[in-house]
Amino acid sequence: MRFTLTDEQQMIQAMAREFAESEIRPIAAEIDREARFPHETVKRMAELGLLGIIVPEAWGGSGGDTVSYVVALEEIARACASHAVVMAVNNSLYCWPVLTYGTDEQKERFLTPFAAGHQLGCFALTEPQAGSDATNQHTLAVRDGDAYVLNGKKQFVSTGREASAALVFCQTDVAKGSHGISAFLVEKSAPGLSVSKTEDKLGIRASDTAELVFEDCRVPAAQRLGEEGQGFRIALSTLDGGRIGIAAQAVGIARAAYERSIAYARERTSFGVPIGQHQMVQWMLADMATTIDGARLLTQRAAALKDAGAPHGAAAAMAKLFAAETAMKVTTDAIQVHGGYGYIKEYDVERYFRDAKITQIYEGTSQIQKLVIARHVLGERA
Amino acid sequence: MKILVAIKQVPDTATQMKLGADGKTIDPTGITWIVSPYDEFAVEEALRIKEKRGQGEVVAVSLGPDRVKEALRSCLAMGCDRAIHLNDPAWGAADTLMTARALAAVVKQEAPQLVLCGRQAIDDDMGALPAQLGELLGWPSAYWIMEEAVDADGKTVRVARQVEGGLEVFDLPLPAIVTAQKGLNEPRYPTLKGIMGAKKKELKDVKAADVGLAAEAPQLSITALEALPPRPPGRIIQGDLPTAVKELVRSLREDAKAI
Amino acid sequence: MPNAFWCIVEDDRAGLPKKVMAEVIGEATRLSGGAEAVWLTDKASDEGLKQLGEWGATRILLVESAGLAPYRAEVWVKVLADLAAPEAPRAIFGPVTSKQRELLARLAARLGVGLSADSVAFAMAGDTLTATRPVYAGKLLSKVAWAKTPCVATLRPNVFRPAEAQPGKTATVERPQTSLGDAFMKFVERREETSTGLPELTEAETVISGGRGMKGPENYVILEDMARVIGAAVGASRAAVDAGWRPHRFQIGQTGRTISPKLYLGFGVSGAIQHLAGMRTSKVIVAVNKDPEAPIFKIADYGIVGDLFEVVPALTQEFKRLLEK
Repeated sequence: MRFTLTDEQQMIQAMAREFAESEIRPIAAEIDREARFPHETVKRMAELGLLGIIVPEAWGGSGGDTVSYVVALEEIARACASHAVVMAVNNSLYCWPVLTYGTDEQKERFLTPFAAGHQLGCFALTEPQAGSDATNQHTLAVRDGDAYVLNGKKQFVSTGREASAALVFCQTDVAKGSHGISAFLVEKSAPGLSVSKTEDKLGIRASDTAELVFEDCRVPAAQRLGEEGQGFRIALSTLDGGRIGIAAQAVGIARAAYERSIAYARERTSFGVPIGQHQMVQWMLADMATTIDGARLLTQRAAALKDAGAPHGAAAAMAKLFAAETAMKVTTDAIQVHGGYGYIKEYDVERYFRDAKITQIYEGTSQIQKLVIARHVLGERA
Repeated sequence: MKILVAIKQVPDTATQMKLGADGKTIDPTGITWIVSPYDEFAVEEALRIKEKRGQGEVVAVSLGPDRVKEALRSCLAMGCDRAIHLNDPAWGAADTLMTARALAAVVKQEAPQLVLCGRQAIDDDMGALPAQLGELLGWPSAYWIMEEAVDADGKTVRVARQVEGGLEVFDLPLPAIVTAQKGLNEPRYPTLKGIMGAKKKELKDVKAADVGLAAEAPQLSITALEALPPRPPGRIIQGDLPTAVKELVRSLREDAKAI
Repeated sequence: MPNAFWCIVEDDRAGLPKKVMAEVIGEATRLSGGAEAVWLTDKASDEGLKQLGEWGATRILLVESAGLAPYRAEVWVKVLADLAAPEAPRAIFGPVTSKQRELLARLAARLGVGLSADSVAFAMAGDTLTATRPVYAGKLLSKVAWAKTPCVATLRPNVFRPAEAQPGKTATVERPQTSLGDAFMKFVERREETSTGLPELTEAETVISGGRGMKGPENYVILEDMARVIGAAVGASRAAVDAGWRPHRFQIGQTGRTISPKLYLGFGVSGAIQHLAGMRTSKVIVAVNKDPEAPIFKIADYGIVGDLFEVVPALTQEFKRLLEK
């Protein structure tokens, strides 16, 4: 068993770290405050190949593996969780399913420019009435000649406003329930598709979260991803990989909070000594260090399983569950270590705390991860 | 145009330096090694020249132990076409002049039109190598370059070098050596594709005998390496602003005699 | 003369040696008992020769030729090598300047001897010279020895005690016949920096530095006001230069200029390692920062924890009062 990254993975990590430190970190607080999508730095991420890491070069990507993807994503998240979600959505929720299930014609048009980061993709599954219960899809796609006509509403779509294409899940056969769900690649400019609103959020404020409305939106049948009725399986397998990304994001956020806490514990003094000398602060720091390390190991293991082509659904769920819970606990304690300074916006830990919360919610809440894990350990495949 | 870039692997500035047991070297444990920052300016400039001309080859060269391969690989990831690693125990105690001799031997073999270097490596801060290489080759060397432009037919390079009180602009006939000062450019990050492609590029090991050099003794040797003597403890001047300022000026005048 | 300590003269391009030569000659004299000055220039002056003599040079080798300007290493290095061959000096010293850091490196290569660049101390034990030089961003000191003579070294300005001028003391002046090296480089132009009217950063005895705490380029005017009162140069930290507040030539630190003034005053400078590398050999360090935990306080001799925008004007007034007395 080896616990070291390959030379390439280390170089990718170093590149992502330096880039994030010098170009993303300086603007992170400002874009959070203004809830401003960082077009410039997202473009830089594209130039560096960070938006299509796992896609082969032939399809516009970087030809990297999932482990490279998670180590890079952790570095980006450490600087700014909003950038991390844009990166995660494009890589694992959009490019990966198109790469895995798309035809060559679909990849030409819906993958190459997206893996290169010239355009961004998004993933539209959640509906107002269907979050955790993703089988309960109300958006309908009705076959009409060589096209489908889409009607319905998708909610909480990350990068929904900025993306130029969406992977949309619709019911094509209501009677078949989850087996009647199909996936479609829809250009955002398609007539009948509109962005009805963008959300004002607690955290990851520089990323956009939008509501997409489909009103008699005609989508050529050639843009159906996979077979009719295969949609739900596509969604689940995509989320298996996506969760590894969110786990990496959570590790990055937690690490940022932890590093700030260490620095603060060294320099801040109380009762005549640096606060890091107080046992109760040490306790928190030790817990942070241990759980972050555990979360990272789970995350990288899930990524390595995926790279090996091995089943990784449960490993991904465990990684995401543990990393998200770790991020929430670590960022909460980081504020505690900072005392009053942790509660004000001048110090970044307050932002880490707000950003951490979403990792317990999106791409499957912590409760859903437990469900996935439980089904796995009980021998029932989800 | 063929361009050779001489780089050095150095400890990251933020690394804490510990003395080795022999009192002459540093303890390498826990050191993060990087390409010396000025050398990155040189690599970047070489790549820009190649890109601007639409053709050419950029060869990264470095002297040092096995770990130096990492630094050369990151140059390949940035976009250098191939790399040469001068890796021989005979160069273990190399001073600047020995290093310059080794590089000069490689330059003679490779015959580039231009050699780019950083203004100095941030480990020993000697800053002598480019000049010594120029001297050994009989080439002009231009120091602390803020601007550089190779002419269209590749015969001369125009450089602006930083001197006290201004910039001096010179035309150098090629082949020549140009050393990069901060401000020359902003080095790129390696892209993922660059990183993934680096391992497919040639990274050649070269021994002293391969470039026709015999073992020699260094002309400058380190007899001891010491920690910095601690500065006497300072004093935070307390009190309200007018009092503190008055006390500071009094101390600078009367105690420190610095004003 | 055999075993002499040579001091390569840096001049002001107008016929006078720069003040830093008093330091070089002073150190060479302490080590050897008598320093010799070697002056290559297109324009010497009697005043300059007198100055070198009063600083303690016992002998001056003067090569005056129009072809020496503007400085090109390949032209100069041949002259020096030709002079050194028959003279066999023990050491060849020069100050760290844009010219000499290159010239003496080339000379050492031509002579096949070692070079100690940016030296901050020397010791003679019997016939053996050793030099001390900062390495690893000034975190460690390296002692170096030469395998053979001449020992070539550059000396960091403002570190060595300058020779005191002895009025009336003169040097013998010789004008050896030499031929210049062929010029490779063709001079195009010199672009003068817009003068701030303040001393050059690396030459100034007092340096004021503004960091990230200056908040913007427009605020440096308060440092310049103080600089005019006390005759200081104004520099900046990397953070301030990277933010585009000051041109790079004003940057103090590892990727900027190394300075060693008698007095360094840092305002809103945190004291990152990169910055310390460029100023830690300053003799007296004053730091003003509103963050009591700023690392610069660890090496400062005097510190004030406070808002620089209040401290600077008050300090300028106080300096004015003192110096007008």
